[in-house]
Amino acid sequence: MNAEVKFLWHKETDVSGLDMIIVPGGFSYGDYLRSGAIARFSPIMQELIGYAQKGGPVMGICNGFQILLEAGLIPGAMRHNEQLKFICKDVHIRVESTQSIYTSSLQKDQLLTIPVSHGEGNYYIDNDGLKELQDSDQVLFRYVNAHGETTPEANINGSVDHIAGITNKQKNVLGMMPHPERAMERLLGKEDGKHIFESVLQALAIA
Amino acid sequence: MFKAKVNVTLRPSILDPKGKAAHHALQNLGLTNIEGVRIGKFIEIDVQASNEEEARGIVESACSKLLANEVMEDFEIQFES
Repeated sequence: MNAEVKFLWHKETDVSGLDMIIVPGGFSYGDYLRSGAIARFSPIMQELIGYAQKGGPVMGICNGFQILLEAGLIPGAMRHNEQLKFICKDVHIRVESTQSIYTSSLQKDQLLTIPVSHGEGNYYIDNDGLKELQDSDQVLFRYVNAHGETTPEANINGSVDHIAGITNKQKNVLGMMPHPERAMERLLGKEDGKHIFESVLQALAIA
Repeated sequence: MFKAKVNVTLRPSILDPKGKAAHHALQNLGLTNIEGVRIGKFIEIDVQASNEEEARGIVESACSKLLANEVMEDFEIQFES
C-alpha cells in the first residue's frame, strides 16, 4: 500500500518516528488469565500508552483489541463468545461513524465483509459506558447480517450492542475484533479490509 | 510468609457462558435441582510480609493490577490462619 512498515518486538521501547502503531492479532502469553492481560505489561506497552495519550494513532486488531482494553486505552472488556465456540468466518460489519481517521473515507452504513477469528470477542461494557460510547460517536463498526440489519443472529459472539469496533473518546485509538488485514486482495478472496487502511493513509496524508 | 486464597468471580450482572454450558451439562446428567452455575478463578498466592495487613495490601494490588479485570470481575481475598 506504499507505506513503509517497521516491525517492533514487544521488548523494544522506542516508538519514535512512527505515523501509526498497529497491535496485531494472534495470541500473547498463551492468553493465560485473560486475553491480553499479560501482554498489556510488555515493555513496549508503556511507550505505546504514552504514544496513544499524546494522540498517536493506534489500531488494535483482535488480540490487539483485547490488549488495548486491558491497558485501559479503550473502555470495556472481553468475555468468552456467548456460545463458547471459536468463531472463524467472514462476517458483515456496518460502518457506524465516519468521524475517525479509520473510517473518514468510508460511507456511513457501508457494509464490509471481513473475517473474524476469535474465542473471546464478546464485548462488554456497562450501560453508562455504552451510553457514553454512543453519545460520543465512538462505535465505528457493528455486526450485521448481509442486508445490513442488526438481527440477533448477526451478533456472532454476543457483544453488547453488536459492537465489532470502537475508538477511545479522542478517536485516535481503534480496537476491532474483525481482521481487516486478512481482506486486502481480491485475488485472495476479498479486499474490504483494505478500505480501512486506505482511509487511515489518506487521513494521515501518507499515501 | 502468608498464604492468600483469592477468588475471582464475574460480576452477577455479567453473562457467564462457561457456567451456562456446565449448568446445561449438569441438567443433562439428571442433576435438575441445580439452578445455576457460575465459574470463576481460584488463585493461591504466597507473599512475604511482616503482618497480614501488609500482605493483604500486596495481594489487593496484585488483584486490581492484573489478576482481576474490575470492569467485569470481583475478587475476594482470604488468608490461611
